[in-house]
Amino acid sequence: MKGFIIKEFLQIFRDYRSMAILFGIPIAQILLFGFALNMDLNNAHIAIVNKSGDSKSIELINKINSSDYFIVDQVFNSEKDIEAAFQQGEIKEVIVIPEDFSARLATNQKVELQVVADASDPNTASILVNYTQAVVSSFQQQNIKGSSTSLPLIQVESRFKYNESLKSVYMFVPGVFTIILMLVSAMMTSISIAREKELGTMEILLVSPITPVQIILGKVFPYVLLSFINAGLILLLSAFVFGMPFSGSITLLLAEALLFILMALSLGIFISTVSNSQQTAMLLSMFALLLPTILLSGFVFPIKNMPDVLQWLSHLMPGKWFIIIVKAIILKGAGIAELWKETLIIFSMTLFFIGLSVKKFNIRLSTN
Amino acid sequence: MNKAVVVRDLTKKFGTFTAVNKLNFEVDKGEVFGFLGANGAGKTTAIKILCGLSKPSSGQVTVAGFDAYKQSELIKKNIGYMSQRFSLYDDLTIAENIRFYGGIYGLKRVEIQSKIKEYVKKLNLEEFEGRKVIDLPLGIKQKLAFSVANVHNPAIIFLDEPTSGVDPITRRQFWDMIYLEAAHGKTIFVTTHYMDEAEYCDRITIMVDGKIEALDSPSKLKKEFNTQNISEIFLKLSRKQNTSQN
Repeated sequence: MKGFIIKEFLQIFRDYRSMAILFGIPIAQILLFGFALNMDLNNAHIAIVNKSGDSKSIELINKINSSDYFIVDQVFNSEKDIEAAFQQGEIKEVIVIPEDFSARLATNQKVELQVVADASDPNTASILVNYTQAVVSSFQQQNIKGSSTSLPLIQVESRFKYNESLKSVYMFVPGVFTIILMLVSAMMTSISIAREKELGTMEILLVSPITPVQIILGKVFPYVLLSFINAGLILLLSAFVFGMPFSGSITLLLAEALLFILMALSLGIFISTVSNSQQTAMLLSMFALLLPTILLSGFVFPIKNMPDVLQWLSHLMPGKWFIIIVKAIILKGAGIAELWKETLIIFSMTLFFIGLSVKKFNIRLSTN
Repeated sequence: MNKAVVVRDLTKKFGTFTAVNKLNFEVDKGEVFGFLGANGAGKTTAIKILCGLSKPSSGQVTVAGFDAYKQSELIKKNIGYMSQRFSLYDDLTIAENIRFYGGIYGLKRVEIQSKIKEYVKKLNLEEFEGRKVIDLPLGIKQKLAFSVANVHNPAIIFLDEPTSGVDPITRRQFWDMIYLEAAHGKTIFVTTHYMDEAEYCDRITIMVDGKIEALDSPSKLKKEFNTQNISEIFLKLSRKQNTSQN
């Protein structure tokens, strides 16, 4: 058993491809997702058409410019320049300040600002418009306070709990964490078991007095350890590179991660019982496992928006439950009392796959 | 107990296909027992059942004095197995392979260490020490695989087409190794489709379509079938089978 584990480690460390998958992909993924898939907008270049030109309008422009979201690149005098500015591509939004801006503001009349956004990227456009509204409404508040007559306004003050600044990093770290653990644990074990079959060494092992359970344990143990190190690495990266806050218990998070790793490993073992070559194992774990996890776990697309059939399918994705757990622990600081249901689901999935693999294994012996 | 292997009415079915049909034979201790047959005749299925890799559909099997149904764990400790793929770990060195397989059979560290020394010396592997198995010539790999199957000093060694894809000189050398072990009292059970190798066996069995069609020493068989070599017997038996089918 000990010899088995040593041999497994030797093989993993000697195989550069395995090492690359094991540690390269997680680090690359987390950094890529962190920097490239950033949905926050900072320093968007905008232009302003200032038809008013007086001090109040300058005040508004300064207000906009001083926020982190916008950089006012150009100030035009008429709407004619808007089209050309958009076509150059730099400018993402144009705000038009009307001529009677300060006059109407002074007499507490309704003022209309026009916001024109470049919707060739609809997501960015709608986020920019939202930001603009936020900045303008805070400008409005200052001015109303300053004026003598106050309007009976109903103000909606929204607060985004658990992710106040709406950083997308907080949203994807749990997802990437889940997918990497799934990928590394399930794919690597299934490939390494399939490799033994391909080389014919599995036969030799089965002929030896070592029991199938020992073979599996010997195979799985190194990957549990490596995946666990991986989990720690991802968490460290997300904490120190992206400033992810950890409100919950780290111990609970790691314990849940361990459970999820075991689940993924048993899934990997199951995949290896149905595939005879490394290629099959790899393709199976890629297409049958990874893609559904990415698409249906609620990592990229919200589950609530899916058709019923897909929502129902998403319940079968182990990743979905783990993402819920990770989000709850990291962002909300939830404890086991809130998460026992999800934990139980992952736990039963683990038992299910182990049972299935053992059964499959016995059938294989009697039909071979 | 002088029998290494006793098989009675052994049958193996895959669905409706009968791969092995009512085999009956005994192998004496210290014998080199050859199992001949064309591809698909059922040799590999039979050897897999004897090694515990596959379960028989019916019939009795006793290996090294233990019952294949109830005492398969005891059988495993007393047999060695080498497949036609020379199953070693490509990315491990010679010593690491020996250490791993020795460890699986529960050998102590000191024993393994002396085995490594012994094999390196016996197989002239000094120049290959520290190299990965993937870099070894096929002949060396084959000899190493045989030695590894022998690492725990089993009573019976099963060899499933151990010489496939190897040149004639290496094959000859390999048979010298087999004889050496047989001389030490080991039972060797070997499958092959090289008819010239059959001559090296004490007794041979010729399987055709899952059945044993002939079983005796090579010289007696040649007399019985009135031929010069085993090849002709083999062809006669195969043809008989084909004509009876047509």
